[in-house]
Amino acid sequence: MAENNLNDWLNAHGDYLYRFALARLRDPHLAEDAVQETMLAAIKNNSFEGDSSARTWLTGILKHKIIDLQRKQIREQPVSDVIDLDASEHSMDDFFDKSGHWLDKPQTLDMPDNALEQKQFLAVLDECLSRLPKKLKAIFMLRDVHELDNENICKELDITATNAWVMLYRARMGLRKCLELNWS
Amino acid sequence: MFTCKQASKLISQSLDRPLTWPEKIKLRLHLFICDPCTQFKRQLMMLRTALHRIRYGIEHDSTIKLPLDVKNRILHTIEPDQE
Repeated sequence: MAENNLNDWLNAHGDYLYRFALARLRDPHLAEDAVQETMLAAIKNNSFEGDSSARTWLTGILKHKIIDLQRKQIREQPVSDVIDLDASEHSMDDFFDKSGHWLDKPQTLDMPDNALEQKQFLAVLDECLSRLPKKLKAIFMLRDVHELDNENICKELDITATNAWVMLYRARMGLRKCLELNWS
Repeated sequence: MFTCKQASKLISQSLDRPLTWPEKIKLRLHLFICDPCTQFKRQLMMLRTALHRIRYGIEHDSTIKLPLDVKNRILHTIEPDQE
């Protein structure tokens, strides 16, 4: 019975779940792992009631697995990577003068229009993300890629809302500067 | 004095929380007279929209499929537990 379910689920929803994971994790191997763990959890703990669609139910499990994988990546980072918020505030001096004016005026960033441009944009963005402190990268991914709400981000990363806002600000500031230099 | 530095913080936070009315008014007045901050706001919007479109694009790209060997691996990994 369970095996039939598994086979059916993979046939009917496997591709969808894989694309869902790939769109968020962007790494084929991580996306495969996420789908596998989702199926394992679904078989082990078959709480599917049939009052929602199997796809909705499986996607719900997958969302948690994706965030678990993202969080695991943060935990694997060395302690020295943990962001010092005071230092973070200080480094805003790179962007503003003492009176709070922009040192370099923000420039136009072109929207990637077609699939090819999107691919190029992603490559630049991934490079820019890799230059951020790991925790900033993680919080940016959770907020702007996974579109997790702030309450859940604070719970996942065990930080306050104020910390989250400061970190997201810092991440976005760094990213848009990096994109100015490397994109368009 | 409401500076560009303060305005940029509120612009970023407006993506994460509803701003208070005083904050909204301060920011709107500032953006009305400040081109660099308006441009910064556009940059953040562009970044968010681009990410959203890319995600949507991958999610709806029917040429992307769960590789067959991965599917078989999943079946084989999970089946022995059922026996």
